[in-house]
Formats: sequence, structure tokens, C-alpha cells
Amino acid sequence: MKKIKYSEITPEKIYKNRRSFVKSLGYGASSLALATIPFASQSQADDRNELTSFKDITTYNNYYEFGTSKSDPYVNSQNFKTSPWTISIEGEVEKPIKISMEEITETFTSEERIYRLRCVEGWSMVIPWMGFSLSKLLSKVNPTSKAKYIEFESVYDPEQMKGQRYPVLNWPYKEGLRIDEAMHPLTTVVTGLYGKKLPNQNGAPLRIFIPWKYGFKSAKAIVKIKFVEKMPTSSWMWASPREYGFYSNVNPNVDHPRWSQATERIIGKDIWVPRVKTLMFNGYGDEVANLYTGMDLKKYF
Amino acid sequence: MRKYFKPGVFILSTIPFLLIFYKIYFNKLGPEPVKEITHFTGEWTLIFICLTLSMTPLKRLTNLNIWISFRRMLGLFVFFYASLHLLTYVGIDYRFNLQPIIDDVLKKKYIFIGFAAWVLLLPLVITSSQMMIKLLKNNWKKLHRLIYVIAIFGALHYIWLSKTIFFRPLVYLVIILVLLALRIKIKNRNVNYG
Repeated sequence: MKKIKYSEITPEKIYKNRRSFVKSLGYGASSLALATIPFASQSQADDRNELTSFKDITTYNNYYEFGTSKSDPYVNSQNFKTSPWTISIEGEVEKPIKISMEEITETFTSEERIYRLRCVEGWSMVIPWMGFSLSKLLSKVNPTSKAKYIEFESVYDPEQMKGQRYPVLNWPYKEGLRIDEAMHPLTTVVTGLYGKKLPNQNGAPLRIFIPWKYGFKSAKAIVKIKFVEKMPTSSWMWASPREYGFYSNVNPNVDHPRWSQATERIIGKDIWVPRVKTLMFNGYGDEVANLYTGMDLKKYF
Repeated sequence: MRKYFKPGVFILSTIPFLLIFYKIYFNKLGPEPVKEITHFTGEWTLIFICLTLSMTPLKRLTNLNIWISFRRMLGLFVFFYASLHLLTYVGIDYRFNLQPIIDDVLKKKYIFIGFAAWVLLLPLVITSSQMMIKLLKNNWKKLHRLIYVIAIFGALHYIWLSKTIFFRPLVYLVIILVLLALRIKIKNRNVNYG
């Protein structure tokens, strides 16, 4: 498979910014906030590519297992136990396996991957994840000829996850990808961010991240990866099939039935910074558009 | 003592405004500042709708007429916060770029119903003076029942813009429905007594 250099995905400017960020990590979160100086960059392209601060990435989250407010995940996840942790890879495979977090971190080297995150609610961040391509993890098993899709299942533990005590969504959280989407090199298994272990509120110990899809597609705290024959029904599809489709690719031309997706607000910018235009496939069209050749993206939203 | 009540309520009602002004000035709005202002002013509009609707039931409950003397002022604060809310959306969020706003009003039901609620407030504001009360006589009361519709619109606006009804949008809907239901009872009782 073609190996993607990250300089190809990430504009050089961020990459250079990253260096100063990594250096400033040692000085704690306050110095990180300083790195995003308002008005330091004027053009939209620059705003779009500037790293979001560690503080914003780790205190402004949608993670309904820990509550529906943006600040809930940070507040309610601090004592969440992520060890021991085992992930089961099963379904339409020749030999299902169970793999521990230790084994995953030993077997696969996480590298820094800076990706944009676009939430379906109309805001976006730029996050320096630590991770590796999901295809590497999936190559641990041999799928049968029936395997067409992959279903991700997040942990169900209402004792530790307050939000799961209420029927906000159909718990446990489920998401899915077509196999070719899952095997795409941009589809990432995330184990950390900003060079650190993944914080609980961001989906520790292990989550996936699919940069060209709305954020909710990137399931957190995964315990099960299942190869299946039929298109899985994700938790959000189950909650509102008219509003949340299986694909949920970032697409400025296909609105959410209740709000527009044409523009987005960049997290961490002050009130005078305008909305920016949302990009097709969140700006990753060159890499992923060919997955959807000939498909009516209005129909398969 | 009583004469200080109304100015007191007025001053209390300006606190949310001072608070958001402080937050804007000292940059304490968090990671998504525009949304913070929009939600803050929107939520306080709903709170003032609930407060306005609470005065009549409170009067019945406590047998004190003083509540009614706050009602019109609280209603005007509904308009004040609703207008700040609308201005944030039009001015700060969309920078008076009218095309996407018009599209939203026409195509997105939560914007449509929110905007409709604000428009419905206008006749109430225009007729809020003492002179208008005298002028409209019985019709004044009828006209000002529009606030019931506005309250329902406000609750729906919040529900439709949220990804899920849990929990805040649901809380406001329930409070508003209870406050409206209390009125049905009051009216029936009046009929019985009458």
C-alpha cells in the first residue's frame, strides 16, 4: 500500500508550528494557549491550519457517555478506568482475536498525525493525534468473503459512565465503515494527542479517527471491531435516520436537515474571527474522493 | 418598602446582560465564543419567558397582586434578551451577510420559528405602554396572550437546534408546558366561580 508522508496531508506551516508546540509542551498548558495568538494569522487558510490548543481539545468535547454538555466529558471522565483493556476483533473473520492494549502499543508504533476535525454541529479543530492506520490493526485477522463492512462498538459501563444511565442514545455507542473506508491509510487508530497518552475525555485508551467524516463517526473507547456482511446501523442513525446517514462525509453541499453545513466556526478563535467555508471531505478530497466515485452523495449522506 | 420592589427586579434583570458584557470584554467566553454569546442570550430569553409566565400563577398561589406589577417589565426583558440573541446571530455570527441568513430563515425550521417568535414579540412591545393598555381595553389582554405562542415557539426553537432533546431543551419545554397548564386550571376555576 502506498505510504502517505504526513507532509503530504498537512501543510508545511502546521508542521513547523508543531515543532514550537512540542517544545512548549514542557512548559505546561498555559504556554500552549499563548501559541494561538489572535490576529497572528489573517487569512482563512491559516486559521484553518493552526493547531487547536491542548486545553480546548481536552475540555470541549462531545462524548455523551460522560454527559451532553461540552464540559461534561472532561469533568466526568477523570476516574475512568482504561486498564486492563481488551479489544475483540471478530465477526466475518477466519479466526477472531482478542488483543490487549499493551499488545497494541507494543506491536504498532504510533506516529504524529495532524488532522482537521469537523463536528456535525458546525465547528472544527486541528488536532495533533498520535496513532497508526487502522489497516495495520485489521491485518491481524483474515476476513471471510462475506465481510463488507466494519462495526465499531464502544464500551458500555454505566457505573463509570454517567451519561449511559439515560437513554440519550442507543448504548453502547456503535459506528461503522465500509471495508475500503476502514482500510484507507487516513483512517487512524488513535492512542494519544499532543505527544501524550490519549486523555479519557478524548476516547482513551483507544479510538478511531476518520478525518473526512463528521466527528461522531470516530468512535471512542472501542472494545469491539466486528467484520459484518450488512451495513451496520450506527447509534446516530438509530436515533435519527433522516438526519444522520451511514456515510456522514463532510459535505458543505448537503445540509443537516435542521441546520446548514456550508460554513464552520474554528474553535479557539475570538468573536471577531469569521466563519470559514467548510471543505468537501473536510479538505481530504484528493485522498478519499475516489472511494465514492459514481455515488450520489446527497442520497448516501 | 413596596416601591423598591420594581426597581429591584429591574436591576436583577440586567445582571445577565452585565455578565455577558463582562465575559465579552475580558475574553472569558471559552473555546467557541460566538456560540457562547448566542446560547447565553438565547437561554436567558427562555428564562425570562418562564419568569413572565410565572407571575400570574404566583399571584394565585400567594394571593399577592405585587407579582402582576412585574409582569410587563419582565416581558420587555424577554424582548431585550431575544433582540440581543437575534443581533448576535445576524451581526456577530453572520456579520450581516444576509443571503445565508435569509436561506436559514426560509429553510431551517428552528431559525424560522425562532425568528417568528421574535416578530410576534413586536406587537407586544409596541402595545406595552400604559396608554396602549387604556386604548386597547379588553383587546390588550387578548393580544398579550400571544406570549403563550411565543413561549411554545421558544421551546421548539431550542429543541430543534439541539442534537438531542436531553436534557436542557426538555427541561424548558416541561417548565413552559406546566406554566401554561396552570393557566387552563385558573381559567376553569374562574368559570366555575363565575
